[in-house]
Amino acid sequence: MALSREQIAQRVAQELKDGYYVNLGIGIPTLVANYVPQDIEVMLQSENGLLGMGQFPTEDEIDADLINAGKQTVTMANGASVFDSAESFAMIRGGHVDLTVLGAFEVDVNGNIASYMIPGKLIKGMGGAMDLVAGADNIIVTMTHASKHGVSKLLKNCALPLTGKGCIKKVLTDLAFIEIKEGKFHLLERAPGVSVEEIIKLTEGEIVVTGDIPEMKL
Amino acid sequence: MAGFDKVVSSYEEAMAGLTDNMTIIAGGFGLCGIPENLIAEIKRKGTKDLTLVSNNCGVDDFGLGVLLPNRQIKKIVASYVGENAEFERQMMAGELEVELTPQGTLAEKMRAGGAGIPAFFTATGVGTPVAEGKEERTFNGRDYILEEAIVGDFAIVKAWKADRYGNLVFRKTARNFNPLAATAGKITVVEVEEIVEVGELDPDQIHTPGIYVNRVIQGTFEKRIEQRTTRPSDMHEAKGE
Repeated sequence: MALSREQIAQRVAQELKDGYYVNLGIGIPTLVANYVPQDIEVMLQSENGLLGMGQFPTEDEIDADLINAGKQTVTMANGASVFDSAESFAMIRGGHVDLTVLGAFEVDVNGNIASYMIPGKLIKGMGGAMDLVAGADNIIVTMTHASKHGVSKLLKNCALPLTGKGCIKKVLTDLAFIEIKEGKFHLLERAPGVSVEEIIKLTEGEIVVTGDIPEMKL
Repeated sequence: MAGFDKVVSSYEEAMAGLTDNMTIIAGGFGLCGIPENLIAEIKRKGTKDLTLVSNNCGVDDFGLGVLLPNRQIKKIVASYVGENAEFERQMMAGELEVELTPQGTLAEKMRAGGAGIPAFFTATGVGTPVAEGKEERTFNGRDYILEEAIVGDFAIVKAWKADRYGNLVFRKTARNFNPLAATAGKITVVEVEEIVEVGELDPDQIHTPGIYVNRVIQGTFEKRIEQRTTRPSDMHEAKGE
């Protein structure tokens, strides 16, 4: 079975390490915050200027001056700090964020990512995504492996305008956990009950399968 | 003699000198920390063909979105737009020029503009549509593009508190682009929730020194929330926070 949004988030959360500063993008990445292992501490960075994002506020705690990058009302965790947007992107561009998780429309074997614009449709903008992919060394892209019509989103070459070039090394889809290196996809894990053949069929770019591919543990 | 006293008493006075075709840099992120009454004053004045530099363009009836119906904005430089229908209509019809700029680059353009740095190199946008027409250079084996700074004829800023000299304190994530915008305006206008006497703000706690600020006005704010997200309060108690 393909992973649900929650299960994708759950698997990403296993990549978190104690003491990590993490930036979570909008959508599935945001859900990762719900699955932080109990025995580690991570701090969430929100690029609008908050390090140490807490949970959503109660009705009584709502503060119009305290939102995350998705414009949702949030709270501050213990030890949080606030700062301006230039400082926020100094952290991001300067490589100080340990892990970035964000969504995408397409990725390709060269680590290119397209995530912000579909020509001909409404163009909303890249927000902070271009800075995040350019600045982070450790990025996990979360996405569906293929469209509803079975068209692969893991490509030889991205067809849509790029958000970043050669910057993606790890992709977690609803079917597989994949590493990108030396111009190829490398299959690391498969979703429970999903066969290697299914993954190969839905991957347009070259994919390397070495030995037995383990199922993800959730 | 006014000395360093920057306080003005009307919004008309606050935006005096703004004319057609000017560039305005605005603070705010979404609807958080936007100078809502200064924007309303620009609408009232009816100034046209403006270039707006702002992370977003508000929603249909709030924030910079209110300048759209009367076609007051000629061009917007922003990182994320399209939270309103009239914006989409004008953009698709080619009536509104939109220059999409990565959020960090936009912040740095303002910072650089205010700091007298005409341009800077960044890896953000290399190999993407953002790099088109820009100079590229390699430093230590990595490619970077040259991005130019932005200076505005006006900067419009929302802060929490100011003293009469224009020293500013921001509150939580309403800070965002505001301190950067404040440095990058030829005329910087700040609206605040509270004006205090000089000496009342702790110098160690001032986010923006008054040297960047030309005019200060006290206003009342709606502070609209774009995405009201909450958790149940019993869960809150269960966690003992």
